[in-house]
Amino acid sequence: MMRRVVLFLPLVAFLALGVMFYSQLGKDVNAMPSALIGQKVPSFTLVSLESDELVTHDNLPNGPYLLNFWGTWCPACHIEHPFLNILAQSGIAIIGIDYKDQKILAQQWLQEKGNPYQQVLMDELGHFGLDMGVTGAPETFVIDSQGSVVYRHQGAINAQNWPIIRGYLR
Amino acid sequence: MSLVFLLWACFSVLPVAAEQHMTFRSELHQTRYQSLVAELRCPKCQNQNLADSESSIALDLRQQVHFMIEEGKTDQEVVDYMVARYGTFVLYRPPHSSATFLLWYGPFILLAIGLITFFVVVITNRKRKGQPR
Repeated sequence: MMRRVVLFLPLVAFLALGVMFYSQLGKDVNAMPSALIGQKVPSFTLVSLESDELVTHDNLPNGPYLLNFWGTWCPACHIEHPFLNILAQSGIAIIGIDYKDQKILAQQWLQEKGNPYQQVLMDELGHFGLDMGVTGAPETFVIDSQGSVVYRHQGAINAQNWPIIRGYLR
Repeated sequence: MSLVFLLWACFSVLPVAAEQHMTFRSELHQTRYQSLVAELRCPKCQNQNLADSESSIALDLRQQVHFMIEEGKTDQEVVDYMVARYGTFVLYRPPHSSATFLLWYGPFILLAIGLITFFVVVITNRKRKGQPR
């Protein structure tokens, strides 16, 4: 009797591995959760692109909003920008971080393409980007009404991935 | 022959070029820098360490490591700084925790199961041989 049970062990092992591998199929292998999930936005002092004034983390909005890292040097940001404009028109609050960019180029960009941002802060050296654990641009963080980071999206926001991101925005 | 040497010279210079502007206060600082950038994983390019990657974030992080070492921070403080921002992902040697338990001890558990099975089979076979048919 015991012998019979042992004979079925390879089948059991095969099924277990099959279930495990199947559950991992189709997952984005590059998706990496942010280390800041559940934490407040790190403190910062940055210069506003529009007004040249110093802005700190105390000046961030209260409600849920998106924190979007972009730069004129970043090809995917060109693709993302029209969609951000649509989001802004539908009333989504977006704070822009002009990441490792030049002021003049950024101002031109917003004049030509429209400005979806409530506020744009310049992170010319990328220090705030480091504090947020950014690996490139575009990268978008969802900040909830408590001021905590709840989600991070690497790459451009588009109509396909927006429903997922929207789900975290509350 | 000279062509081979030329090629060798070109490629051996490449990794140094990015770090040329870096000066260290002591040999020890330089050694610590090199071991840290070899030990930390590039968050953008998953199969490279900070030392090997040419991505702009790796360049920034190398500069940050350099800055922190020259500022007098310990190796642990540099590692903690990276983990706080990029998660344990950046460690090539992940910490021992419940999530990494199988990663660290799984092979030993499998080895133990294998050894137990081996001895059980050997002992039962011996017993059977001892019995008269």
